[in-house]
Amino acid sequence: MLEYGTKIVAGVTPGKGGTKLQDVPVYDTVATAKDETNADSSVIFVPAPYAKEAAMEAMDAALNPVVIITEGIPARDEMVIMRYAREHSTVIVGPNTPGVITPGQSKLGIMPGNVFRPGSVGLASRSGTLTYEIAASLTHAGIGQSTCLGIGGDPIVGLSFVDVLKMFREDSGTESLILIGEIGGTAEEDAAKYIADTRYPKPVVAYVAGKAAPPGKRMGHAGAIITGSEGTADNKIRSLVAAGVRVAEIPSGIPELLVRKVQTVR
Amino acid sequence: MKLFEFEAKNLASNLGIATPRGAVASSAEEARDIHKRLGGAVVVKAQVLVAGRGKAGGIKFALKPEETFDRAKEMLGSFIKGENVRKVLIEQKLPVKKELYISIAEDRMNKCQTVLASRQGGIDIEEVARTHPEEIARRHMDPVYGIRGYEARDLALNLGYGGQQLNMISDLLTNLYRLSVIYDCELVESNPLVETQDGRFLAADLRMIIDDNSLFRHPEFQERSKEPGAELTPLEAKARENNLAFVELDGDIGIIGNGAGLVMATIDLVKYYGGQPANFCDVGGGAAADRVASALGIIQSSDKVRTVLVNILAGITRCDEVAKGILDVKKVVGLKKPLVVRMVGTNEEEGRRLLETAAIKPLIHMEDAARLAAKGA
Repeated sequence: MLEYGTKIVAGVTPGKGGTKLQDVPVYDTVATAKDETNADSSVIFVPAPYAKEAAMEAMDAALNPVVIITEGIPARDEMVIMRYAREHSTVIVGPNTPGVITPGQSKLGIMPGNVFRPGSVGLASRSGTLTYEIAASLTHAGIGQSTCLGIGGDPIVGLSFVDVLKMFREDSGTESLILIGEIGGTAEEDAAKYIADTRYPKPVVAYVAGKAAPPGKRMGHAGAIITGSEGTADNKIRSLVAAGVRVAEIPSGIPELLVRKVQTVR
Repeated sequence: MKLFEFEAKNLASNLGIATPRGAVASSAEEARDIHKRLGGAVVVKAQVLVAGRGKAGGIKFALKPEETFDRAKEMLGSFIKGENVRKVLIEQKLPVKKELYISIAEDRMNKCQTVLASRQGGIDIEEVARTHPEEIARRHMDPVYGIRGYEARDLALNLGYGGQQLNMISDLLTNLYRLSVIYDCELVESNPLVETQDGRFLAADLRMIIDDNSLFRHPEFQERSKEPGAELTPLEAKARENNLAFVELDGDIGIIGNGAGLVMATIDLVKYYGGQPANFCDVGGGAAADRVASALGIIQSSDKVRTVLVNILAGITRCDEVAKGILDVKKVVGLKKPLVVRMVGTNEEEGRRLLETAAIKPLIHMEDAARLAAKGA
């Protein structure tokens, strides 16, 4: 993050207060870090058993947004985090996310910065490495990105696709969008409904992973489980297509679809 | 992690939730003895984790202990929806007045636990939701305050109960919610929840699914979660022991990748190019050589696997570590199947150099790798 130009003003590790890591001062508590450095946002890497309190501590110190990289947090803890976030009007990204990057400006997260290029395509994804894969194919095709973020691979996450669509709608630097979904839950169906209901003004293309996943099996991400008919890739793709979203059959099909979609809209 | 019905019922009765009298048996003789002790009519229930066992012949009634012996003998060792039956639960048959439905489930959209209660139980709840949505009451639980007495009473009213029974249902709901909280459940479901002819309520069936991410605070389930045969195939159990996210599939192309989304996309791509994936295997972020080695070792040990595809897009993972993992397997047991490697990202040069010493030439694009693997490499 430092290498990418993000101004990391403080680290927090209980018991390590007063030390420095790569010239960044380390504090024992988030409150002291905030008081002394005026930090405004937080990235959480702490292990799953302690992540709930770490998120609450960041919110109590009025840091916003709070990006939670940690994977494997119990769903019940995530529910408490999201409830706390509502009370504090805090934006939570994740958990189980690679974070947020605005190429060429800053990143809050762990994505490899070199696969991204500045541009006008917004990208939101439920998966980490698949985000890098698709960002790399965009960059390779000469298509830059405005902001890319992972909304998180867990069943309970903060920002949803719909929230992100709203934010990109208002962002003058974003001309078109890519959604990268996967099996499980209804995030893609909800996004499709929002796009259709609001006649979303910017072109959207999508890819959904997990077409070949057998029902009832959990594919790594806690979020990626199909239960019954709801949550299948087919259902998600159908909803998106019905809302006018072009859905790529394979990840490398996205750049071409995007170019075509932007041209037709114009 | 799914619990067997008898496990869920044991935990529930410890919290004061009424369940039918009964016991679990591993042999037909035991089943017969349990029936003798219980007396009356019983129900013989196959202990499997798949849903819908009733229609698949996994629930049978028996009037006499000899009948129970026969039913248990038929069920034990048989397969229900592909799952081997190793235990049967023998329970007293209830004098049923009405069958209800109650569940407490993880609600992604509302970011809380949601209670569903229906006067129509004992049948497929999704069917009820389609045909009689008004028959299902739902209530979102506050993750901090939990279920409040008046919420439980409101749900009891929705189920159509008053007087003493209103309090009985509300206590039951409160206890089921406690069960869900104490054991970090993704799902607690009683279908049917039975009202007996004398007006009592019992959880005639009970399903519990524990949130796998919470297992670190439930040492009581940790060993159980690694047992093969329960939900896991032997290969999956082996992978679980090595802390790999692994799901066995039907095909012959082994798949290893980093990141669940990327691995799912790889599986989709292999199918797109006409191949049949043998598994899902995610080594996760920042995997060191030993993780890659154990993944490759487990996958190539399977007889049905003919080709292995490794797809790594390294961010916090390092290509040289991945390469070392592959080379370790080659050195120790040898590479037993044709290997297709796609590997890009952090420390790519070093990773490539290492693999090329073993005459493996990693590809750049995952489409190319998937196409090659689909053709049998």
